Amino acid sequence: MDWPHSLVSREDWHRVAERLQSGELALLGLWGEPGFAHMALMENASHACAILSLACEANRFPSVGRLHAPAIRLERAMRDLYGLEPEGSPDIRPWLRHGGAYAFLPVEGESLHQIPVGPVHAGIIEPGHFRFTANGETVVRLEERLGYVHKGIEALMAGASVERAAILAGRVSGDSTVAFALAFARAVEDALGAEVPARAVWLRALAAELERLANHFGDIGAVCNDAAFAILHAQFGLLREQVLRASHACFGHRLMMDRVIPGGMRCDLPADGEQLLLALIALARKRLPELVEVYDNTASLKDRTVDTGILSHALAQQFAAGGYVGRASGRQFDARRTPGYAPYESLQFEVPVVQAGDVNARVWIRIQEVGQSLALIEQILRQLPSGPICAPVSPQAGKGVALVEGFRGDILAWVRIGADGRVERCHLRDPSWFQWPLLEAAIEGNIVADFPLCNKSFNCSYSGHDL
Amino acid sequence: MRRLLFKSLVQGPLTEPAPAADDAALAELAARVNQATRKRLGRTLAIREVDAGSCNGCELEIHALNNVLYDLERFGLRFVASPRHADVLLVTGPVTANMREALERTYHATPDPKWVIAVGDCARDGGAFRGSHACVGGVAAVLPVDLHIPGCPPSPLALLKGLLALLEANDAAPSRTLA
Repeated sequence: MDWPHSLVSREDWHRVAERLQSGELALLGLWGEPGFAHMALMENASHACAILSLACEANRFPSVGRLHAPAIRLERAMRDLYGLEPEGSPDIRPWLRHGGAYAFLPVEGESLHQIPVGPVHAGIIEPGHFRFTANGETVVRLEERLGYVHKGIEALMAGASVERAAILAGRVSGDSTVAFALAFARAVEDALGAEVPARAVWLRALAAELERLANHFGDIGAVCNDAAFAILHAQFGLLREQVLRASHACFGHRLMMDRVIPGGMRCDLPADGEQLLLALIALARKRLPELVEVYDNTASLKDRTVDTGILSHALAQQFAAGGYVGRASGRQFDARRTPGYAPYESLQFEVPVVQAGDVNARVWIRIQEVGQSLALIEQILRQLPSGPICAPVSPQAGKGVALVEGFRGDILAWVRIGADGRVERCHLRDPSWFQWPLLEAAIEGNIVADFPLCNKSFNCSYSGHDL
Repeated sequence: MRRLLFKSLVQGPLTEPAPAADDAALAELAARVNQATRKRLGRTLAIREVDAGSCNGCELEIHALNNVLYDLERFGLRFVASPRHADVLLVTGPVTANMREALERTYHATPDPKWVIAVGDCARDGGAFRGSHACVGGVAAVLPVDLHIPGCPPSPLALLKGLLALLEANDAAPSRTLA
């Protein structure tokens, strides 16, 4: 991708922060390495993207979070991981680095009580801590504390071979393993100026859409389950399982881990792959309308999802919230379309957007995206070019970046490869960085019992965020 | 919805037949399960899942055990919300430094007798994250582990085989265990 990359002065850095504050620019990423801070940006009007780097004298840089709240947690992470000090930041509490007492934000008022939840939750989910302050049943404030699954992925990647780094990228967030592996591979290919065989490009999109389908099916059912509506959970769980089995039959792994590699794909579709996937599409199309009708016509279920956990358009826009979180609150953005990447320019699909911003809207966006993904898979199968599936890359020095639409939203990958062909630095930004803070806003004024519903409708990644 | 319910009634269960218990797992467990434990726990086990730094891949597949095709509960195995209700801790991930204390506290909150199952390659020795400054590196570095279920992530079938081995070891004649 042709993203301009420039080394800027402190003054320019500060001016960009002001443009972020004014809403002209969207923050796509903010990360560090020893002695340097980097920022990825998109101009909201033109969708032009750029990367800025700042040499941090004495390990200090002007805080972006001081003017633009979405940067605050990213700066706390930079401080924890690289000792970079954001000057003037309103919040410099540790984020990924734990140990010692943690000062939660003070809450004042009458008749308030606190409910601490986690890091070990009641369900089979990832660990994180939620501190609720409630007035009776109503949540007055939710404060998240994350970082429990911080695995030190950036540190492991520094100095790793491209192959090893690709394996790590595929394990940043297991539910988005294809999307992360794709983002990493495309960033590496961008850095090396490598061409990927056409068939591999299309197979990657096929795997990515299967991943989107599996996650959407699973999560639509899970949202219903959090409203104690078991039958849809069972039905959507079955659909998810069928997608995973088809993925296994086609790519040899249920989650398709390590299938996308720099240079192309690790494996090709088997002879019966196309037939298998067409049968899956037919099955999903047959069953879906019935299930959607049940979702839409069950008053007790809709009573829980409609008007619950509303995220305002303004906040979605300010935080550049990707995926269904943004699109359910009127933010029209899909990385497959803008800046776009192959083969999606040759494919017909819609990007559904609604304005309501509640749990129901997020469910509806996902129901509609299921339809789009089914149609995409069908088109991909019809147009799949023949030929090789991998052109091995020969690593050399270079810098690359990619933006990929995972099921959750846009994933940013940035990589710098050294002269020895090894990864010098790699940063992978999960969409959840900009969605987690919005969950805190969406839950305000809702009852505690609706939190699981709101949380599942966002379904932010812990592992992808904690790195 | 009536139509959907009716169809569910007449089409019969979708649940698939149970796989055989995993032999390797049976061998690993034979030494760990003693008669006293068997008597107290019987064939019903309550499982508490703990993510100690996983990428969420293992959780997805553990979740799948509850879907209609695998239907874990038919074996008397069920997931519970609190370690205080659990017989088994199912632990995933390379055990991050940030999760270590929570994992230890979960273990201490689980009443005896209890088993610890390490799920996935990370839980065995850190897997892809081995050597990270932020990971302890494997569940066994923190807790006594009774059984490993390998895989990245292990498929629901592999998980099921491992869990069935636990039940079988628990059921086995005394000669099969080292009392």
